[in-house]
Amino acid sequence: MTEKKNIFDKMMTLDRRWVFLFLIVVCVATYAADFSIPINTEQETESIFNFLDSLPPDDIVLIAIDYDPNNLAELHPMTYAVVEHLWRKKVKVIFTSLSQLGPAMADQAIRDISDSLKIDKTYNYNGVEHNFKGREIVNGVDYTFLGYKPYYALIILGMGQDFRLNFPNDYYGTPLDDLPMMQGVINYDQVACVVDLSGGNITDAWISYGQGRFNFPLMLGLTGVMTAQYYPFLGSGQVSGIMGGLLGAAQYEELADNPGRAKDGMRVQLFAHYVIILFIVLGNIGYFMSRRKNLEGGN
Amino acid sequence: MKRQLPFLLVFLFGAFMVFQYYVPHESSEFVYEFLLDWVMIIGIFALALGIWSLYTVSVDKIRHKKENWAYSYVTLIGLFIMVVLGFTYKVGDSWGFYSVFVISLMTLLGFLIQTSVSKDKGLWLGLSGLSLVVALGIAFTDDSWGIAFMTSEGLSNTMFTNFADFVLTPILATMFSLLAFFIASAAYRAFRARNILATLLLIAAIIVMLRFNPYMPFGLPEYMAKTSNWLMNVPNLAAQRAIVIGIGLGIVATSLKVILGIERGYMGKG
Repeated sequence: MTEKKNIFDKMMTLDRRWVFLFLIVVCVATYAADFSIPINTEQETESIFNFLDSLPPDDIVLIAIDYDPNNLAELHPMTYAVVEHLWRKKVKVIFTSLSQLGPAMADQAIRDISDSLKIDKTYNYNGVEHNFKGREIVNGVDYTFLGYKPYYALIILGMGQDFRLNFPNDYYGTPLDDLPMMQGVINYDQVACVVDLSGGNITDAWISYGQGRFNFPLMLGLTGVMTAQYYPFLGSGQVSGIMGGLLGAAQYEELADNPGRAKDGMRVQLFAHYVIILFIVLGNIGYFMSRRKNLEGGN
Repeated sequence: MKRQLPFLLVFLFGAFMVFQYYVPHESSEFVYEFLLDWVMIIGIFALALGIWSLYTVSVDKIRHKKENWAYSYVTLIGLFIMVVLGFTYKVGDSWGFYSVFVISLMTLLGFLIQTSVSKDKGLWLGLSGLSLVVALGIAFTDDSWGIAFMTSEGLSNTMFTNFADFVLTPILATMFSLLAFFIASAAYRAFRARNILATLLLIAAIIVMLRFNPYMPFGLPEYMAKTSNWLMNVPNLAAQRAIVIGIGLGIVATSLKVILGIERGYMGKG
């Protein structure tokens, strides 16, 4: 005869489908509800924002879209926040994509951000009001999209010699020499910094073969689970800043006074974390009470 | 000789790549760039080999009706339809007979698979030939669309971008999103305060999860943020540094073993 489970045993061995159900209900409800949560910024993200914000117009930033649709929820908001901030300030951008499905991500982001740049906007950050006139973003003038090439370590090394070595033409087939913004731009020496938005180990190559060899300022935007792994490089100065997961993207949006999809997603993430903590607490109460009961029974 | 030659090549090129890093001379750079080109060229052959391998494995699965064999059709159709869409583009206002062209190519693929699978090869080969004739006929006569092998017009083919944006992207994003549910379930089962180390892990996880939580009393959010920052910058940093240094030394040791011919796993059994 099987022993009847008490409430504490049930708390410990809850069917995982209840966890799934509860989580999806909370996610959908918080997504549907229209409210935002306050975001506190951290120094790791502030250093990226401050560096990019200090760049004068016509400087060039290389943004590596090294993620696939898997990491879209966390990393796409970073791309939108960073690129919109740069383009509003008339900083030029070279995009690369060293992950296989990255070009589609970059192409989609370029199209969307170009559209949002057409309208006038006012941002209020660092205690100052910044008015930006809407303008047309032009390929070859405001940005160059180099596209994808396999063997990311070799491409990172190759771009250190000359962008044209691996990318004689841009993603759309135009020779780099025909693009106005690429005139006189040879390699990383003409780039103010590299921002790698990555969901995989391409970041290691940017640190080892890129920053290590060519010594440019490198900033990272990583998925939440990757972030802890890259703190040593922040401490050693090889990396100038890290945006970690959706929170990092939301912090950048907060700093740039440009609330978008990251701040929108943060409320869902916060309440999902509440659910996870609730179940952890329930499981532990069940565990301790069951253990106590067993000890008492043993005595 | 069959074994010595690869070892010699690995030793020469491996040693060269180590030393050229410290020699900033233009001839050294030239050889280095030349070798990088070679790696890319070899890689392209590997890509072709990969596609052929995917095709043969899928056909083999269909032939022997292995588990989930029907999905192999989806794999092959997905692979080839994206190739076709990526190399074609619209020229005029309408697509003309483009859809018939794509369907005939997909039919050709289906018939070729049947040729490999079926005993009645003649019939399927004949039908394959017929599909090919229809596809070629449309390709040569229909001027409303074009084929671009050497240029990138195909990348802006709306069907190509729509398949990427509205099929591939949501599928991959959904797969990754499912992780949240498994993580929630795993956290519920694994985070039990069974001993001191498990308790520390549990407390650290809760602090990091709550670090951006604004809805706590008594100034707790700030305290949580500071504690979380300390956890990331001190204990985590120390542990990660040890791991990174360990991995780095491991890579150096393994690379030296490969260059010196001590580690010969890349040669296979030969």
